[in-house]
Amino acid sequence: MLNILDNRLDNRPDNTPDDTVNPVEQFLRSDRMPHIWCPGCGIGTTVNSFAHALIESKIDLQSLALVSGIGCTGRVAGYVKLDSFHTTHGRAIPFATGLKLANPKLNVVVYSGDGDLSAIGGNHLIHAARRNIDLKVICVNNLIYAMTGGQTAPTTPSHATTSTNPYGTFEPAFNLPHLVEAAGAVYVARWTTFHVRQLARSISEAFQKKGFSFIEVISPCPTLYQRRNKMGDGLDAMKYYKEKSKVKHGAPTSEVGLTLNGEIVVGKFVDRDRPDYQTMMRAQYVETLGERYLGDEVETECVCG
Amino acid sequence: MAKGRVSIVVERCKACGFCVEFCPTHVLALSSAFNSKGYHPPHVVHPEKCSGCDLCGMYCPDFAINGTKIPQATAQQAAGGEK
Repeated sequence: MLNILDNRLDNRPDNTPDDTVNPVEQFLRSDRMPHIWCPGCGIGTTVNSFAHALIESKIDLQSLALVSGIGCTGRVAGYVKLDSFHTTHGRAIPFATGLKLANPKLNVVVYSGDGDLSAIGGNHLIHAARRNIDLKVICVNNLIYAMTGGQTAPTTPSHATTSTNPYGTFEPAFNLPHLVEAAGAVYVARWTTFHVRQLARSISEAFQKKGFSFIEVISPCPTLYQRRNKMGDGLDAMKYYKEKSKVKHGAPTSEVGLTLNGEIVVGKFVDRDRPDYQTMMRAQYVETLGERYLGDEVETECVCG
Repeated sequence: MAKGRVSIVVERCKACGFCVEFCPTHVLALSSAFNSKGYHPPHVVHPEKCSGCDLCGMYCPDFAINGTKIPQATAQQAAGGEK
């Protein structure tokens, strides 16, 4: 039988014990591993890209907060060794908004799934984008409500079979990049779990942007989505992403909707500048209140920074 | 001569096969042995081809594998006269 030690001697030119540590390990709560995600699920892969983005952007981990909602992706908050919050269903963005307003120096990341962000928390998503609150939203889109048993989600493509639509869905699906661009996001990108390096770069770029950044990651759900639609396992989904995805930077987001087994347009769609919520708030109050506005002074005295 | 090497934490693996499929130099294969959860973890079949690019580590959803580059001085020393 294999054990960790035997295998760790593998591939060593001089058979010395392995002292290398996975660079992602420093961001994980190792005592909670192995995680509960299914074999072939892509959420762990997105966490790798996120961790590499943290390393590349050399961000101060003390100034970073990660907020998740409910669902398979919502569990990320429990597995990363950062200041993380696992909030109620759909309320990751409101919680993150509160964090950002109370302590504007924080880098706040919202890491959640498509059901949590676009369905249960759909209103919060569009209004956070409209207000341009300085949040980095990573939306892992597995095209279905996975944790609750494979029900049709607003992102499920038409004609897909789900547990609530055994004869196929007929509703049009949300095109999330188009939705958030129309609502006012300043950075919108989409990648799949096949594009690990590009995703890491996109997350690093989002950290440099001030305002509402939205990164959609298409991820396999072998247990519920792939199985019911006879699409094979996680590896088959990854091969499909490799074959059918097309990088089109700056593509009009109205044309990047997803279809069942169709082409997946990936890339950076939107990168623009717009004043964020707190900048606009400060400008408005300085204009109307003049010297009576103490916002900046209160902020510097904030003990929570 | 190998430029990199792979470390595998066998007990975390769920045998999704991402690392085996997407390794650019085809270093890995799924082993016939089981880990304690009943999955077949990967093992290294062509150690000399590893470039240490860590793409296996980027793809692994279970944080069970990673590649590291071997510093060239060490590599030459370790390889000795065998090349």
